[in-house]
This record gives sequence, C-alpha cells and structure tokens, in this order.
Amino acid sequence: MTDANASILERAAETAARATPAPVAARVRGLSDKAVAWLFIGPTMLLLLAINIFPLIWAIYLSFTNYRANRPNEPIKGVGLSNYRRILGDHDTWLAMQATAHFVFWTILLQMLIGFALAYLIDRKFRGHAFGTTIILVPMMLSPAVVGNFWRFLYQPQIGLFTYIVSFFTGIPPTEIDMLSSVTLAPWAIIIVDTWMWTPYVMLICLAGLRSIPDYIYEAAEVDRASNWRQFWSITLPMALPFIMLAVLFRGIENFKMFDMVNLLTGGGPGSTTEVASITLKREAFEKWRTGFSSAFAIILFVAVFGLANIYVKVLNRVKSR
Amino acid sequence: MKSLSRMTFGLASALFASTAISNVAHAEDLTLCWAAWDPANALVELSKDFTKETGIGMKFEFVPWTNYADRFLNELNSKGKLCDLIIGDSQWIGGSAENGHYVKLNDFFDKEGISMSDFVDATVVGYSQWPKNTPNYWSLPAFGDVVGWTYRKDWFANPDIQAAFKEKYGRDLAVPATFAELKDIAEFFQKREIDGKTVYGASIYTERGSEGVTMGVMDVLYSYGFKYENPDKPYEMEGFVNSENSVKGLEFYKSLYDCCTPPGSSNSYMGEGIDAFKSGQVAMHMNFAFTWPGLQKDEAVGGDKVGFFANPAGPNGDKFAQLGGQGISVVAYSERQDAALKYIKWFATADVQKKWWSLGGFSCLKAVVEDPGFAASQPYAQTFLDSMAIVKDFWAEPSYASLLQASQKRFHDYVVAGNGTAKEALDGLVADWTEVFEDDGKM
Repeated sequence: MTDANASILERAAETAARATPAPVAARVRGLSDKAVAWLFIGPTMLLLLAINIFPLIWAIYLSFTNYRANRPNEPIKGVGLSNYRRILGDHDTWLAMQATAHFVFWTILLQMLIGFALAYLIDRKFRGHAFGTTIILVPMMLSPAVVGNFWRFLYQPQIGLFTYIVSFFTGIPPTEIDMLSSVTLAPWAIIIVDTWMWTPYVMLICLAGLRSIPDYIYEAAEVDRASNWRQFWSITLPMALPFIMLAVLFRGIENFKMFDMVNLLTGGGPGSTTEVASITLKREAFEKWRTGFSSAFAIILFVAVFGLANIYVKVLNRVKSR
Repeated sequence: MKSLSRMTFGLASALFASTAISNVAHAEDLTLCWAAWDPANALVELSKDFTKETGIGMKFEFVPWTNYADRFLNELNSKGKLCDLIIGDSQWIGGSAENGHYVKLNDFFDKEGISMSDFVDATVVGYSQWPKNTPNYWSLPAFGDVVGWTYRKDWFANPDIQAAFKEKYGRDLAVPATFAELKDIAEFFQKREIDGKTVYGASIYTERGSEGVTMGVMDVLYSYGFKYENPDKPYEMEGFVNSENSVKGLEFYKSLYDCCTPPGSSNSYMGEGIDAFKSGQVAMHMNFAFTWPGLQKDEAVGGDKVGFFANPAGPNGDKFAQLGGQGISVVAYSERQDAALKYIKWFATADVQKKWWSLGGFSCLKAVVEDPGFAASQPYAQTFLDSMAIVKDFWAEPSYASLLQASQKRFHDYVVAGNGTAKEALDGLVADWTEVFEDDGKM
C-alpha cells in the first residue's frame, strides 16, 4: 500500500470516528467483556430458544389438550393426562414400539459386528486399502431418499437385482422372493438396507478407536508372547470399546427415530409390520391430525430416548474411566 | 443534453408504465390447485379459453397424488393464500365447509342461475353438499370419477384362451357379471403364459399410505352389503359395518389379493395399476375412470386391445362402485374471490363442459352426459355412465382423515399382512370409528 493510500484510509477512519455520535461511542466503550460476550452469543441463544426450546414447551402444552391442527376454529380444551393414558394403554402403540425395538436391536448388532470387522481389516494396511476404504464409505454418503428408492427397485420381485441374486443362490423363483410384501421378510429388508448404508459410519468410528491404541502395548504383548487371539481380547477390544459404545449410542438414537428409509421402502407395511414409532407419530400428527395426541406421543418418545441415552452415557463414562 | 434527458425520462416512464400494467395483470391472475395427473393438463388447455374471454390469467399448482392431501390440507388449515380455486377431494367437503376453508356458493349459484339439478345427482351429493343431502353447496362438480375395470379385450377374444377357459369353467370367457366370475377369470390368467410372457390375473388397490386399500376394499364391500351406518340411526355402525355380508366381502377381497395379483403388489394404487396394465402384466385392472382415456390411447395395450366394464355384482345381485372425483371450490382465504367466482361461472357453462369432456375431463353436467351421442363418443363412455349410476362414497365427515387412516390400517393388516380374520378387522374398524365419532361428540 502506498503512503498516499494509507493516509486516505487514516483520514476516512478519522472522519467515521468523528461522525459516530458521542453517547453511542461512550456506551460501546463502556461495555464489559461479559456484556460483549452476551452481545455475540445473544442472537444465537435467541434463535435456539425460538426454534428448539419454544416448540418443545409448546408441544408439552399441546400434549395436554385436544388440539387438532386441521380444525383451527375449534376451541382448545385441556384433557389432562388423557392423551398419555391413551397412548400407554394402546395396543398399536406398543406394537410400533416393538417394531422399533426389533429394528434398533438388529441394525445395531449387525452394524457393530460388520463395522468392527471391516475396521479391523482396514487397520491392517494392505495394498489398495485406501481405495477399498473409499468404496466402503460410498453408501453413507448417499441420500436416504436415493437409497430407499433404488433398494425398492433392487427388491422388486420381477426385475430386482437383489431378488435375482438370492434366487441364483437358493433356487427359489425370483417372483416368490417378495422382500417388501412379505410379513416375515419386510422387517429384514429394512434392516439389510440400513446396515448396508450405515455400517461404514460405524467402521469409521471403530477405525478411529483402533488407531488410537499405541503400538507399544502390542509390542509389550509380543514380548510377553501373547497370542493374536489374546491380544485381541485383552488389548484391542477393551481399548476400542468406548468407541464402539459411542457408535452404538449414535446409531441407537438415529435408528430409534428412523423414518425416511422405512417410509420409502414399506411405508410401515405390509399391514403394520414395519410401522416404527416415527411412522405412527407422523400418521397421528399429519394424517389423522390429532395434534394434541401426537404431541404427547412425541414427548414420550423424547423422554424415552433422552432417558436411555443418559443412562447409556453414564455407563460409557464408567467404561472410559476404567 | 436536453434531448438526452427527455429520452431518458421517456424510457423510464415507459418502463414504469409497462411494469405497472403487468403488475395489474398479475394481480388478477388466479391460482388453481389440483392433483398432478392427466386431467390437470386438460384443464390447463381448457382454461386458456377463460383467459381469452376474460383477460384473467391462470396459474396452476399441481401436486402428485401421494402428497396432494398433505400439501393442500396443510395449505387450507394454515389459511394460506396460495390457492384461489381448489379442486379438493370429495371427502374434504365436510371439514372444509365446517372449518370455513371454502366459500359457500348458494347465493352465487342463485344469482348466476346455476342450478345443481343440471348436474349428475351423485356428483352433487358427493362433491358439493355438506351436510349431505341438504341444499348447502360448497363446490361445483368438476370432475366425475368412479372406480371401474379395464381388461385385455384381445386376450379375452383369443380363441385358444377362450377354449381353455371354457374347458376349465364350462362357460365363455366374457366380461364378468359377478365378483365370483371376476375371480375365476383372474385365477385363470394368473401365471399363464401369453406370447411367451408370464401374466397375472388382476391389479387391485392395496396401497397403505394414503387411501388406496380402502378405495379398493370399499369398491367390493358395497356390493356385498356393507353399510356405513344404520339408515335409521346415524353413526350406529355395529351390525352394518361388520355385518356377515361385509365380512364375506372383505374375505373375498383378500382371496382376490392372495390368488391373483402380480408379485410385489402389496402397495399398489393408481400409478402402479396403470404400470401393471400398460406393461401387459395383467388381464384386468381396477382403477378410477380418469385412467381410461390414457389407456385407450396407449400404443401397446390401447385401441382394440382394451375394454372397460363397471363393477360386477355381489352375491345378492347388488352393484355399487366407489366414487372418486372432485368439485371445484373458491378458497375463503383468497383475495381474488370475485375472479375465482367468474371462473366457476364460466366453467359451469354447457359449451365449456362439452369441451372439457372432449379434452379428457369427465364432465358432471347432465347436458353433456345425457346427450344422445355421449355413450358412443368414447369406448369407455358407456362404462362411465353405468358406473356413475351406482356410486357410493366414503365418509365425508370433518374427521374423514382419522376415519380413513383407521380403515387403511385395518384393511391392510388383514388383506395384505394376513393378520387376524375379516370379522376381527371389521369389529376393530367399528371400534376405531366409534372412538372418532365419540371424540367429535357425535355419539
């Protein structure tokens, strides 16, 4: 910058400073650090309150009413705990919770087993392992909408690639492998897709865990002539366990509120076989328009996830501190 | 310099004036909301005449059927101003009337001399009146629709297939007169090899998410004797919804699904049905009449290869069909209600309705459908008339969405998933519907 330019800028700054009304300047200068900090975080806090806390409080309020969003002209009446009682005593709600539990249990189990195995494999660096890792990561980079739609085609009994592969190995005619229409197969169809999509994510977390184990521990074990099996059980698994548990937590929370994939693949069917809690919630809220009832259901689900996650985090911390 | 200033001023004025004029024109534009399907394209074409006559521009907001109810009911519930005119589903009429979403049209009809007796009676009750069978009008019948059947005329006429059918069933292969005959035909075609391809019996409605399985099941249940309520005591459903005949009807629908549909038909509605028929997979295809013009024109399965028939009779000879279709209403939150009413007045005229039919829209005006030449005007016209003469519709109560979701669940659980018995499904439905009406304070 030339001297001439610098002096122009200095003069401009001086003019701007003179133009600022004195009281404002004094006020700004007089602010404490704490006040400045609040000025910076204030808008974010307000935004959070508006988009997170207020809706939550509003939903809690609505859960004690008979409000229906499709009847704006009807007076809102308080119904006490009636919505909660109805939900907890409703057979269909419990069926939805069972479907959710089945989905969560099997997806987590499969994703942990396969994800850890893949991480263990990739941790032993082999030729082309970087390329292999990239390929494995592709499914989790796709949109659930895309995944749901193309798996629907893969499962198609007449033209689906998946059905033809299964048919090739089992000899069962493809038209009889109806993954999305069969009461027995439909829950597994969704579990397979979720496992395919999210195992790479678990693998990444497990890989981070495996890479965090210092080499000298293995070296010491080898000096002590510990077998590979022994090293795995006594070093690898215990030291990677907090990471595995973290993956379980993330996937558990995500799958408890699973909606998109199930909606795209089966829409909760056949019948109500794959109707997980979030599908029931959507039906109550936006198809039956029972806003008060669905708010109560949402609060119950929130408390369940929040409570379970808290217990789990406490266990996780205990494991980490060992 | 002076001339340059004048020129600049002149150009600016012209620009301002043209912007203002175009803004005035846009302020008058009407937005019409409907589903995204073939008839909507015909309506766009038809509406060009309205713009030509009145200078009022038309904009359209079309949403696919799967999101149609969600999108537009949300719009109405939030008192949105997107739609000036809406062609809403027949079941919305109760809720839209009671919640003040639609403008009541009685005074307008009286003033403009539009008489509801000029329209097909079933469509007036189905699309316009709330409460039903009272002279309170909220819509003008816009698009008549009803569930019926298409079939592969060429397969039915094939001598080898006819001989095989006669040998098996001892009668000629012809359009079924009863549901029992329909099932025989569907069973006969199921997994049959025709032209080197495996084909299937029938495509029927089984969709879970919106209204599919209910529309299909009801289409059969009516002819088996199902009634929504005691005709003498409104909302009394025990013994009517779950009568012995209703149970038999539901069992029949399940047996039809189990025996005679293509693989992977557990979530099939209008689009899937069209695909199954167009791809030559099925001998018969249950669908709303709006699909018929498209199938008639189809290069692969249309023309002489396709035939149409109305619902066959149930075991006691009763014949009914599920009503579809919609009326056109003025949205109460619109700021252009006068222009919207002008559109309705224009749309109700006989010439416009005739053109509407010629473009592929199913007119509800008696002057059109009772014209001597109507039945022969299209290969499906007579079937449309036969079907419209036997229509029944689902509940149109303000709580229709809850009532519909209950039937979707009960029917899909039984028909597709095979859970429980037909009696249990219908008993459960009575319990669900009773709860809804109790919540509404109607029981």
